[in-house]
Amino acid sequence: MSVLDSKVPKGPLKTKWTDYKDHINLVNPANKRNIDVIVVGTGLAGGSAAATLAELGYNVKTFCYQDSPRRAHSIAAQGGINAAKNYQGDGDSVYRLFYDTIKGGDYRSREANVYRLAEVSANIIDQCVAQGVPFARDYGGLLDNRSFGGVLVSRTFYAKGQTGQQLLLGAYSAMNRQIARGKITPFNRHEMLDVVKVDGKARGIIARDLVTGKLERHSAHAVVIASGGYGNVYFLSTNAMGSNATAAWKIHKKGAFFANPCYTQIHPTCIPRSGDYQSKLTLMSESLRNDGRIWVPKNIEDVKAIREGRKKPTDLSEDERDYYLERRYPAFGNLVPRDVASRAAKERCDAGYGVNATGEAVYLDFASAITRYGKEQAKIHGISNPSDAKIYELGKGIVEAKYGNLFQMYEKIVDENPYETPMMIYPAVHYTMGGIWVDYNLMTTIPGCYAIGEANFSDHGANRLGASALMQGLADGYFVLPYTIGDYLSHEIRTGKIPTDTPEFEEAEKSVKDRIDFFINNKGTHSVDYYHKKLGNIMWNKCGMSRNAEGLKEAAEEIKALREDFYKNVSVPGSADELNSELEKAGRVADFLELGELFAKDALVREESCGGHFREESVEEDGEQKGEAKRNDAEYAFVSAWEYKGEPSEAILHKEQLEFKEIELKQRSYK
Amino acid sequence: MNLTLKIWRQKGPKDKGSMVDYKVSDISEHMSFLEMMDVLNEQLINEGKEPVAFDHDCREGICGSCSMFINGEAHGPDRGVTTCQLHMRMFKDGDVITIEPFRAKAFPVIKDLVVDRSSFDRIQHAGGYISVNTSGNTQDANAIPISKHAADEAMDAATCIGCGACVASCKNASAMLFVGAKVSQYALLPQGRIEAVDRVKNMVAQMDLEGFGNCTNTGACEVECPKGISLENIARMNREYLFANIKD
Amino acid sequence: MSGFFKSSIGRKYAMALSAFFLMIFLLQHFAINILSVFSPEAFNEASHFMGTFWAVQYILQPILIFGVVYHFVMGFILEAKNRSARVKSYARNNGGANSSWMSRNMIYSGLAILAFLILHFIDFWIPEINTKYIQGDMSGLLPDGDYRYYEELTHKFVSPLRVGAYVIAFVFLSLHLMHGFSSAFQSVGASSMRKEKLQTFGKAYAILLPLGFIIIALYHHFNH
Repeated sequence: MSVLDSKVPKGPLKTKWTDYKDHINLVNPANKRNIDVIVVGTGLAGGSAAATLAELGYNVKTFCYQDSPRRAHSIAAQGGINAAKNYQGDGDSVYRLFYDTIKGGDYRSREANVYRLAEVSANIIDQCVAQGVPFARDYGGLLDNRSFGGVLVSRTFYAKGQTGQQLLLGAYSAMNRQIARGKITPFNRHEMLDVVKVDGKARGIIARDLVTGKLERHSAHAVVIASGGYGNVYFLSTNAMGSNATAAWKIHKKGAFFANPCYTQIHPTCIPRSGDYQSKLTLMSESLRNDGRIWVPKNIEDVKAIREGRKKPTDLSEDERDYYLERRYPAFGNLVPRDVASRAAKERCDAGYGVNATGEAVYLDFASAITRYGKEQAKIHGISNPSDAKIYELGKGIVEAKYGNLFQMYEKIVDENPYETPMMIYPAVHYTMGGIWVDYNLMTTIPGCYAIGEANFSDHGANRLGASALMQGLADGYFVLPYTIGDYLSHEIRTGKIPTDTPEFEEAEKSVKDRIDFFINNKGTHSVDYYHKKLGNIMWNKCGMSRNAEGLKEAAEEIKALREDFYKNVSVPGSADELNSELEKAGRVADFLELGELFAKDALVREESCGGHFREESVEEDGEQKGEAKRNDAEYAFVSAWEYKGEPSEAILHKEQLEFKEIELKQRSYK
Repeated sequence: MNLTLKIWRQKGPKDKGSMVDYKVSDISEHMSFLEMMDVLNEQLINEGKEPVAFDHDCREGICGSCSMFINGEAHGPDRGVTTCQLHMRMFKDGDVITIEPFRAKAFPVIKDLVVDRSSFDRIQHAGGYISVNTSGNTQDANAIPISKHAADEAMDAATCIGCGACVASCKNASAMLFVGAKVSQYALLPQGRIEAVDRVKNMVAQMDLEGFGNCTNTGACEVECPKGISLENIARMNREYLFANIKD
Repeated sequence: MSGFFKSSIGRKYAMALSAFFLMIFLLQHFAINILSVFSPEAFNEASHFMGTFWAVQYILQPILIFGVVYHFVMGFILEAKNRSARVKSYARNNGGANSSWMSRNMIYSGLAILAFLILHFIDFWIPEINTKYIQGDMSGLLPDGDYRYYEELTHKFVSPLRVGAYVIAFVFLSLHLMHGFSSAFQSVGASSMRKEKLQTFGKAYAILLPLGFIIIALYHHFNH
């Protein structure tokens, strides 16, 4: 019997959440005023949770390392947010969104959680519109939709290429209202450095004021971790420079199990890296794949000519191009899920067809979309026999209206005009499906400690569909956690204010202080970034888009050795009692150096290919699916939840067996 | 390319601070400005010196963290970009680049190039929201049709990333482009009209309290804004403010 | 409306409204002055009417003086406040990259206009007040029985130094109006900055009106 209890309510899938809500314990409004909740992270999940909990009457403290909650990295999400509204009448439904998410996640997520997510998705759109989020609309004044990878309906709501920004500003506005009421106290430029447990329950945190360097004790009846994912373990990713796993890793070390760390999403459409100085990678929204066609040259001679500058991509005729996604996956074409698209790009580049100097780039071409839209517009405007130039002009107008800001961004970075020459793209680390293990209530294995949004593992299985991260973050924060946490807090109404002058807080603060002092006094020879880049290299080469047992074993050893070297030789200038970004980075990289090893260990254990986790040993040997990823449901239909035991190598694996009652497990085919 | 950097160094809020010269070499034109700063900092750390503190996070022009005043302009000489999107191809070998923090009384310097922009947050706490609860049981999203034009215009205002370039560029350190954008976003949408009177009054009152200067319509903010927020938003705020006061 | 004119935006409205009033006044002033070029008689008639009609003297004149004083005083107050909004100035500030010289130096063009106004008051307004209200001569006539206004006007434009000062002052007025015209519209929320016609009209006004005053001054200088 596993120690993990998912606490999924009994009953039919479709009524679980309603029944659950009907029977949970509630806290009366007068008692809510006496209960404190800490929310760490103020992105979509944390921001929406903080606003809602404060709205309900709890006293909320929010913590973020940025100078304002509105700068959390949810802001960078571009494409959109899914919701089963079926405004387009194209056959969408809660069930279909649920089905697509489970299938997209390669059958490695928990049915009940995903169904609940699909169920509340429609409310998110209602909520955001009421808050003044300016979603795109069509000429009739109603909301517009676009489609995203891995699905056959148009259910994605968007605000230009800045949907994440608008949703975050919406959540932030809800926070503002509560800050004005005094129900949320924001602690910006603060970083959580440990969780404090009293009698086994999460009762507070130790935070560092990043401006003064002062360590602070904050107590609460529950602690919510909404600190996002750990993509920066790869150094180069589409995450923000400050995105880190420290909060999640700290609770892991205090007893929260870490689930599926190896499930990482490599996003297929990012701007390729240009040199060793590169500090981060920039995403080009998946929405581009609605209209862009991905290709590489068919002939290796053309590849060489392009690399040497003798030919331009526009010189190649249609039959000299290999639209490899359309070729391999005729049903979904360029809109296959992210993991599939990324691996296909890697496959072509590994075969030598990469089109830039580093050999790591493929084309994303809008020429045919411009022509198609141009012809359509010519019809609408009643132009008979339009010239090619007119078609181009009209079509370019439409493409510009749809993706103008993305094209501009591309041009600023790469210095090439994507209207005239195809964009170059390559996959990059983007999102981590793995995270802190939570039960149906979103509670971790530490009582009173919750994890929501990207920080938890629950909804996306082994691969996340586009436009679902925003959906999950807001669903957790606005509509799920506020119910589930109430059930827990109903038992806390007699607890009273939690003092911070107890030995538990004392001890936690001391260990945090010792660690900071260690870094400051460790007069080493290498900068923090030196280690971070090395770690990133190991991760990308051995735990990247495709993995094998040998590489993973090496990775674990190399990371362990790197970690030891880090503690001996890292250099952190400055002092502890000031704004010191090197010190901040040192703490974060130290945690990544542990997480990375656990990542490799988890990837080694999972001897199957599923979603973003591709094991070279597990591929289809023959038939129509030859060469595609091979899942092993008989042995690996479980969630790996790791228990911390000192060293990452000593972590203990607990398995949560996944049960699929509504959905038949099938091979994921996008052919 | 090789460059000389003149950078504002200031230990802390109370330190007097001064401009200090640095040299960096072998800078690629494909680097972003912040990657160039990374090179400098790596160099400083290796020399056992303290690196230059600067705000940055997403490095893709959307979080609004980065905030340098480069060669006399907020976010540097390029248009429509934040400092993190500014590329070194905008500079030449041998250039001297002056780098200062965003300066305004309402943006006190914390350290080096890092400034405290919490005044922007306090303005938003004062009214940057629509008072709906977060139950999700409001009404169907399509129950209020909004003209595409109004939605697009609201979106253009909402694009503001709150970086403070407008304040930094304004000779008066005025925050009216920022506040105008925030007021406009809600003023343009039917959901926001209900509290429009109180919103504009409260946000303007807080803006005045924070010690920003007054707008004299030089238009510098609009030019330097990385998101191209239009001066029309200030005009709209002025109208909204007048009508709000007449109605009261 | 309590507190409106104490707020930043309220003051913008006040500056803009006083500016509108002054711009209309300038037009009116110009219309009368240009008469002096075409018809000394008409100029005398108009001047006498303006100088003696009660509504002009006791209502419009005080409003004008209030408008002028308000525009200046508030201009100075706002300038001081705006300067204090940036405690430490930039080591390098490339204002030319994002705004016009005129818009950034309204205080200096304004100060030049103020200096001119003092001269102008000494030249015309103080003698007028002296003649009419201290000596009590409301006739507007010279001892020879002609109106005195045209005579006084031409007399002032004899000195090349004064004409030079006038010309320079009008150049500053032009610079002030180049920004001030559209700025006033923007301040009252008229989005003038985006309306091309209003912009063109504003530019025309800012150039032609001061130019007209300059032509009048030069005309009298060279014709007498």
